[in-house]
Amino acid sequence: MSSAVAVERLTKTYGDLTVVDTISFSIETGKIYGLLGRNGAGKTTILQMLTAQIFATSGELRVFGEKPYENRRVLSQICFIRENQKYPDSFRVKDILALSESFFPRWDREYARLLSEDFQLPLKRRMKALSKGMLSSVGIVVGLASRAPLTIFDEPYMGLDVVGRSLFYDRLIEDYAEHPRTIVLSTHLIDEVSRLLEHVLVIDKGRLVLDEDADTLRARAFTVTGPVSKVETFTAGKTLIGGEQFGSLVSALLLGKADADDRKQAAALGLEFTAVSLQQLIVHLTGGTAQRKVLEIR
Amino acid sequence: MKHLIDDRRPIFVQIGERIEEDILNGRLAEEEQVPSTNQFASLYQINPATAAKGVNLLVDQGILYKKRGVGMFVAAGSHAKLLEKRREQFFEQYVVTMIQEAKKLGIEEEQLIQMIQRGAKTV
Repeated sequence: MSSAVAVERLTKTYGDLTVVDTISFSIETGKIYGLLGRNGAGKTTILQMLTAQIFATSGELRVFGEKPYENRRVLSQICFIRENQKYPDSFRVKDILALSESFFPRWDREYARLLSEDFQLPLKRRMKALSKGMLSSVGIVVGLASRAPLTIFDEPYMGLDVVGRSLFYDRLIEDYAEHPRTIVLSTHLIDEVSRLLEHVLVIDKGRLVLDEDADTLRARAFTVTGPVSKVETFTAGKTLIGGEQFGSLVSALLLGKADADDRKQAAALGLEFTAVSLQQLIVHLTGGTAQRKVLEIR
Repeated sequence: MKHLIDDRRPIFVQIGERIEEDILNGRLAEEEQVPSTNQFASLYQINPATAAKGVNLLVDQGILYKKRGVGMFVAAGSHAKLLEKRREQFFEQYVVTMIQEAKKLGIEEEQLIQMIQRGAKTV
């Protein structure tokens, strides 16, 4: 499969501060990618480089096989919906839609109208008079109706409630199924979007820590819980990536696909066996929980 | 329907299980058409590629088959095939687990058999 984005040793520094640190990855066309990580991990900076809004300090970057900087042919194929997108004060919602129509070659006017109804957008209201949720809805409508070959949503749901976010996911899946294209969802709300993703890129402190098929990750880790000595017997020779203590019990997080023998051994030792969700695994990999060193972690 | 998906196990496996379940309890008859990949994707708010992987899992096992240009259908004989497979799993999943738990609680074999007989009468 050809790649929509190819990034090689991409780095962005501001003075002494390295925001993006020698990252390499590619994004295949026609898939939904998740760019995941904590706030401040460097996700938005990566996206700004992909969309030619800022220059990389070093590294190679190709979008649809070309350098994106001042490249109209490439840029007209990209739709980047940013968190807190700024709009000219005098513009009304319908002006934004008209402007988008002139910019995106594959814009679907009828679909934009239907989406505006779904999200109950007041078309004649000025952008500066919109609530946060409505501003986000405008971004979502533009992002979906653009049908851009590379559509990027960077935390697109500020101020949107659960119903609004669910509507976004519904419309995204429906429209993607009919018009497959490359979509990147950048977010820290991993639990909500993980089901939509085919592939996951996890960024932590400017580095790429995970580049993997999403469904593969769901069977990638598990925990066993029980008395320390029993847990240590079980974890011997296995890849331990974390541990937590609850009173006299410890819980060990292990990397790998648990097979029937693992389950039998855990049961025989009287250990409790739990599967780990995609979100839990990523939280762990990005240091979201303070880990006390209760077991010797290899 | 969305919350029926468990994020701790591969989703394509869960989609496969849903279809199997529907065939086993008769909601999907043999030779009946199964929902399309895109319908599964919308229904469960999941990636269409993942839904397709779940459907293909059953195609590989001969439970579903593809009619070109029409869609996926339940293969003849798949009900019996699934029953056979589930019965094999039943021993591992329920019987072995039950005996382990019984041992932990100090329930003797004789007692356990009596409990099963009592359960069979009431359930």
